[in-house]
Parts: sequence; structure tokens; C-alpha cells
Amino acid sequence: MTSRPSIEVLKKTMRIPQAAFGVVVMVIIVFSAIFAPWITSADPEEMDFDNLLQGFSEEHILGSDQMGRDTLARLLYGARVALMVSLGAVGLGVIIGVPLGLVSVYCRGYIDDIIMRVMDALVVFPSLLIAVGLAAAMGGSLPTVIIAIGIANIPWMARIIRSQGLTIREQDFVAAAEAGGMSHFRIIFKHILPNSIAPVIVQSTLSMGYAVLTEAALGFIGVGIQPPTPTWGNMLLQAYPMLDQQPLLSIVPGLAIFLLVLAFNFVGDALRDVLDPRLKGVIH
Amino acid sequence: MLQYMIRRLLQIVPVLLIVTLMVFALMLAIPGDPARALVGPGEALDEEQLEIIRKEFNLDKPVLVQYGIWLSKVVRGDFGRSSQYQRPVLDELRTRAWVTLQFGIAAWVLAVVIAVPAGIISAVYRGRALDYIATLISIGGVAIPNFWFGIMAILVFGVYLGWLPAQGYVNIFEDPIEGLRHMILPVFALGITSCALIMRQTRSAMLEVLAQDYVRTARAKGMSEPVVIGVHALRNALLPVVTVFGLQTGRIFAGAVVIETVFGIPGMGNFMVLAIFARDFMVVQGGVLIMALAVLSANLLTDLIYAWLDPRIRYND
Repeated sequence: MTSRPSIEVLKKTMRIPQAAFGVVVMVIIVFSAIFAPWITSADPEEMDFDNLLQGFSEEHILGSDQMGRDTLARLLYGARVALMVSLGAVGLGVIIGVPLGLVSVYCRGYIDDIIMRVMDALVVFPSLLIAVGLAAAMGGSLPTVIIAIGIANIPWMARIIRSQGLTIREQDFVAAAEAGGMSHFRIIFKHILPNSIAPVIVQSTLSMGYAVLTEAALGFIGVGIQPPTPTWGNMLLQAYPMLDQQPLLSIVPGLAIFLLVLAFNFVGDALRDVLDPRLKGVIH
Repeated sequence: MLQYMIRRLLQIVPVLLIVTLMVFALMLAIPGDPARALVGPGEALDEEQLEIIRKEFNLDKPVLVQYGIWLSKVVRGDFGRSSQYQRPVLDELRTRAWVTLQFGIAAWVLAVVIAVPAGIISAVYRGRALDYIATLISIGGVAIPNFWFGIMAILVFGVYLGWLPAQGYVNIFEDPIEGLRHMILPVFALGITSCALIMRQTRSAMLEVLAQDYVRTARAKGMSEPVVIGVHALRNALLPVVTVFGLQTGRIFAGAVVIETVFGIPGMGNFMVLAIFARDFMVVQGGVLIMALAVLSANLLTDLIYAWLDPRIRYND
């Protein structure tokens, strides 16, 4: 794979206005997460008891919470968690799901059956449910959250690879390669894998948005990453009792989640339209 | 059809076994001594007592044997005892599952009732203002965290306007009016994502169907537009909507865990979250299993409805 087609895809994608908006939002959020200490001098865990529950103000641009902690700083450091979780969880789903799908396509027969039944079983568990179960067993932490959401991503990746593989296997060029004496193993890596990359990329982008939502939900019910580490979800949890006193505290992190998820969805949808319009029904 | 049903039911047996195995495996994820975790916190136990518990829960046996014993108990409805209430887990979950089910069904109905007409209107008036509004709502509905939507709804309708209660649950069969008032906000919050997805699905399915030859024929025969859309197009456009059903059951159950926490609804989801903090492991395990089984049944039901609606499925599988 040369870089040429990927640049072409990028150009086409960026011409879709929603995708351009999505990429800009993603870039802004990634940069603010990385350069958080340079953007704000405030410490996300430092309490300022002279300025509790502030609205927009000079000391705290986006206000402060009931312990006087700076909302902007917490938001920026929370972005790190959101990005780490979405990358980690989707990465885990790809790393385990893609090889499983390939093995399924390659081996066919009862191995394919076993793998697919396990995937069928995994689909039954929404990521939040896995996370609740794991949190009960292991306690809430960054690895628990990533593993829980990652596990939920595995079956979707495996299924996509498998269905792509099954279609591609029927194509003439694969038959030609087989007739030419190419081993099954090489066929998988030379033909099936490269041809399956596009839907995996699309699904990954959309799954990242879903991972952000799940992480936030876990944080909100208190079984995600534990305070004092700020996450958008646990910020919302701590803001909730203050809803009638300082609604800004609840509004800001929610908007951040909404924007990031929107960005992932926009880019994912655009990539799907550019890479393969036929995928519309396949990917959820 | 009967043959297809039997085949589908047989297929589900291995999946069911794997699902129970996964739920059982949660116990293996507990770090440290599971015997301690199973009796709950706050119990100072000496080695002798721990040994009794290990015997009781069969923790001294090989893992697969443990699974077998556990499974045979689960099949008989014995999900273990809640360490915080000292009562059978299933009894505790049963009453709360009913609450969750009420909200889940209401959210599902609400989503369909709004989404299907909105999706049709969106497709019929493609490219006009109504379509843009509907599309905007469906895009936003997928990206918004449902619990945050709930919080914002509480802020507007509960805190500022004071129209609706922000918290709590009233049994709708004892006090229908108060019960309904308490249901409105959580049901909207629970249903919003599904509503957005179904709207999108209906719109694109409808657009596809409207471009088909038989729709053109119907129009050419001089049928009125409402008949063409309502009778001819809609039936086929609803097919893909059915497939969303299975997927949405999981979403609504998972949503209930969070939404019940936001609104203080004493349902199964809320109960499970509280059980995590009480380190009441058996309750969480039982809850996860029940929810997974519910999703599995919904998926099966979806497949069967789909095959019934579209006979081609029965032969292609």
C-alpha cells in the first residue's frame, strides 16, 4: 500500500463539509489534550476555596466546581482520558477482532463456527454491561474501562473482516491466485486483508465515538476511572448535585462529549461514503 | 417457517452456553480471594470460616466443575444470595426488572412512534426544510450522551420551568397521572438514541423503496400518494427497521443502567450500580446474566419476525 490512495481518500473526505468540521474538532481536542498544561496554568486538582461554583469569570474562564477546581483545566485533562479510552478500546477491538475474523475466513469449517458463535455471544453484552460486570469484579480504573469497551468491539471487527473475506474469496483474482499456487496464508495477507481495511477503518472511527459515550456513562455512574483524575464522565457525576446552583458545571463536559462524538461520527460517515458507499447497511 | 424456527433455536443453544460461561467467568476476574468477595465486605473471617464458604460455593473444585454446578443452579432459578440483603438474588432482581421493563418498553414505543413517521416525512420531503430538521435531530441524537440529555431535560423542565418532577418513581398502576409525569423525562432520555437511529434507517430505506419500479407502477396506475406511500412503500421500508430492534434492546438495557441512576428510578440498572458499591457481586452477576439473556431473546425474536416478513431469509441462511 502506497501513501497515494490514502492521500486521495483524505482529500475526498475533507471535501465533505461535515467531515471537515469533524476533523477540525478532532484536531482541536487532540491538541488541547496534549498541550493542556500550556493552554491553562491551572491545576485540574487544585482547590480554590475563594472561588467556589463560579460561572464564566476571570479566575476561571469556564467556571469552577464545588471545590473550586478549574473547569477548563479539568475539561482539558479529561480530554486525555476520553482519547486514551477511545483509542485503547478500539485498538484492542481491532488487534483481537481482525485476526479472529481472518482465522475464521482462512480455516472455515468448525473453527469458523466456534469463533462466530463466541462472537454471537459477545454481541449480546452491551459494552456498558461488560464494564459494569468487570468494575464489580476488578474495580473501576483506566485499564478496566479500556478492556470492557474493547471486548465489546471485538465481535464487530471480526464479523466485518469475515463478511468481507467471504465476499472477496469468491472473486476471480483470488481464484487466479489460488490456481497460480499461492498459499491460503499469502492470499489472506495479500488480498483479503488489504481489501478489508476500509470497512475496519470506518467501523473504528464510529466505534471511537461510541467508546467516548460509554466511558462518560461509566464515569457518571461512578464505576469508571476514579476521581481525583478528571474525566468528562466523573465531572458530570460531581456536577449533578449542583445542577440547580451552577448548571454550567453540567453543561460544559456534556457539550465536550457531544462535540467529540459528533466529530467521530461525521468523519466515520464521510469515510464510509468515500471508501465504499455499499457499506451503508453493513456498518452500525 | 417451522423448520427455520427450529434451526434458529438449535443455533442459539451453543451461544447460550457461551454467554453463561462468560458471565460465570466474571467471578474469575475478581482479584484476590473470591471467597472474601462473595460474602461481601465488613465481615471479618478467619481461615476456617473461609474454608466453609469455599466449600459452599464449590471454590475448592476445578473451574469447569464450578461452572457446571453454577449453571445447574442458574437453570433452576438459583442465582445465589445477595450479600447485602441476605436474600436470593433473583427475588431482589425480579421486582426491579419489572420497573426497568416498563421504562424500556415505553422508550422503545416512543422511539418508534416518533422515528418512523419522521423518517417517512423526511424521505418524502427529501431536501426540504423538514428533511433537514429531521436529519439534524437524528445526527444529534446519536452523538448526545443519553444521560446528559436527561440532565439537560431536568435542568429545563424540572429546575427552570418546574413542569415535571426531576427525580423518583411512582407506580403508574397506583397513580397513573403522577406515574406518567415521572416517566416522561427518563423515557425520552432512554429512547433518544434509538429514535435517532430508527429515523435514519427509515429515511434511507424509504428513499430506496420510493425509487423502485413497483412504486412507479403504482403511481402510474393513478393511485393516490398516501396509498402509494402508506400501503406499497411503507411495508418494505419497515423491514430494515425490524433489524434495528434487536440491537436497540441492548442499547436500552445498557441505557437503563445510567438513566435510572440519573432519575433515581429503583430499577434493575440502578440496583446493579448500587450493588457494585456494596461489593454485592452475586447481584451484579445475576443482573448481567438477565440482561444478556433479554438481549439474546430480542435478537432471536428479531430474526424470527424478519424471516416471517421476508420469506427469502428462510432459504438463504
